[in-house]
Amino acid sequence: MERLKIATVWLGGCAGCHMSFLDLDEFLIDIADKIEVVFSPIADVKEYPEGVDVCLIEGAVCNADNLELIHKIRARTKVLVSFGDCAVTANVPAMRNQFGLANSESVLQRAYIENAQYNPVIPKADGIVPALLENVQPVHEVVHVEFFLPGCPPPADRIKALMIQVLAGQTPKLEGVQLKFG
Amino acid sequence: MSARTLTVDGKQISAEKGASVLQAATEAGIKIPTLCHLEGVYDVGACRLCLVEVKGVNKLLPACTTRVAEGMEVSTNSERLNKYRRMTLELLFAERNHVCAVCVANGHCELQTLAYSLGMDHVRYDYIFPKWDVDNTHRLFGMDHNRCILCTRCVRSCWHIEGAGTKNVAGRGTKSKIITDLNQPWGDSESCTECGKCVMSCPTGALFKKGSAVGESVRDRDKLEFIVNAREKKQWNA
Repeated sequence: MERLKIATVWLGGCAGCHMSFLDLDEFLIDIADKIEVVFSPIADVKEYPEGVDVCLIEGAVCNADNLELIHKIRARTKVLVSFGDCAVTANVPAMRNQFGLANSESVLQRAYIENAQYNPVIPKADGIVPALLENVQPVHEVVHVEFFLPGCPPPADRIKALMIQVLAGQTPKLEGVQLKFG
Repeated sequence: MSARTLTVDGKQISAEKGASVLQAATEAGIKIPTLCHLEGVYDVGACRLCLVEVKGVNKLLPACTTRVAEGMEVSTNSERLNKYRRMTLELLFAERNHVCAVCVANGHCELQTLAYSLGMDHVRYDYIFPKWDVDNTHRLFGMDHNRCILCTRCVRSCWHIEGAGTKNVAGRGTKSKIITDLNQPWGDSESCTECGKCVMSCPTGALFKKGSAVGESVRDRDKLEFIVNAREKKQWNA
C-alpha cells in the first residue's frame, strides 16, 4: 500500500498544536508505516511538494508569507485540515484586528517601540521579514478547508480521533466536547 | 389550576395554563438549548436558541416566551431548527471577540458549551473583530464587552432580583451594549449595590470577578515579609 503523503504547516500560531501533535507519542510509531511526512516544521524540507494527500494547518493567516504558502498548499493538497483554534478562528493572533486599519503599524509600534527595553526599532527587511497583513484571518476565510479540528491546542486524543478517520479515508466526524474551542 | 395538554416531539404532556413551552418541555424531560433563559428571572426571547416548530405556525417560535395551548404540537428537534441554532451561534461568535483560549470563562462558558454541543466546528461567517472596551473601573467586578452576547440576564437580575436597576442596554443592532447607570464607568455608579448578581447571571466571560484573570494572580508576598519581620525583629511595620 502506498503511504499517505502528510504535511503539517505552522502559520501564525505558537507551535502548541505541533507540541500536541508530538504528544501522540506511540501512535506516531503505529502510523509511521501508513504515512509519509513530506513537509513539516519538524522535517527539513524547504519547498512544499506537489501531490500531498492531507495537510494539517496550524496558525492563522497573518503575513504575506502565510498568504503565499496557504495558496500554494491549497493548489498542491487534496485535504486541508484547520488544526487548532488559530487556524479555525484566528484566535489570539487576530486580537490585533480590532485596533483598526492601521493596526499592522500600531501592533508593531506596541511590540517593538513602546515595549522595547533596548534599541527600539521596527524591523524592516524586505524579502526577509514578511509584511503583516491588514487583518489576521482564519484559514477557511482565505482558502477552502475540508475539515476542522478546534482546540487551543487540540488535545492529542482529539488529533488521534481525526487522524484515524482521515487515514481510513473517511470524513472525520468529531462530536461534543471533541469540538471545544479554547 | 387548569391544565393544558400538548405534544412535544410526539410525546403527550400536560402543563399548567400560562406555562411556557420551555417549562412544559423541561418538566417532561425534553431538553431545549437555551442561552438567555435564566431560572429566577422572566424570559425575553433574546437569544433565539430555544426556537421550536409549532404545527400550523409558519415561523419559528421561542420556547421560553411562547405559552402552552390546548392541542399544541411542538417539535424541538429538526434539521431546520438545528440549522438555525447553529447559524445563531455562529453569528454570536462572529459579532464580538470570543477568544476562548484567553477568556476568564474558558471551560465554564455556556456559549462555548452550546457551540460544541450543537456541533459547531467553525464559523462560516466572516468575523467582524469589532473594537470594544473592558470596564475595569469597579472595585470588585469587571465587564468585558468583547465577550458579551447581549442576553440581558445581568440587566434582568439587576432590576428584578436585586432591584437596583444599575445595568441597562443602550444602542441599536451590533452597536448595542450593556451600560451602567447613564453609560458611566461602573466604578462611578451610585446605584450599584455591589451584590454581584449580574456576575452570577452572565453565561460567558463578559462579567467577571476581579482576580480571576491570569495576570491578576497576585501573591501578597509582602505579608510574608511582614510576618517574618514581626517574628524575628519584633517590628510590626504594616
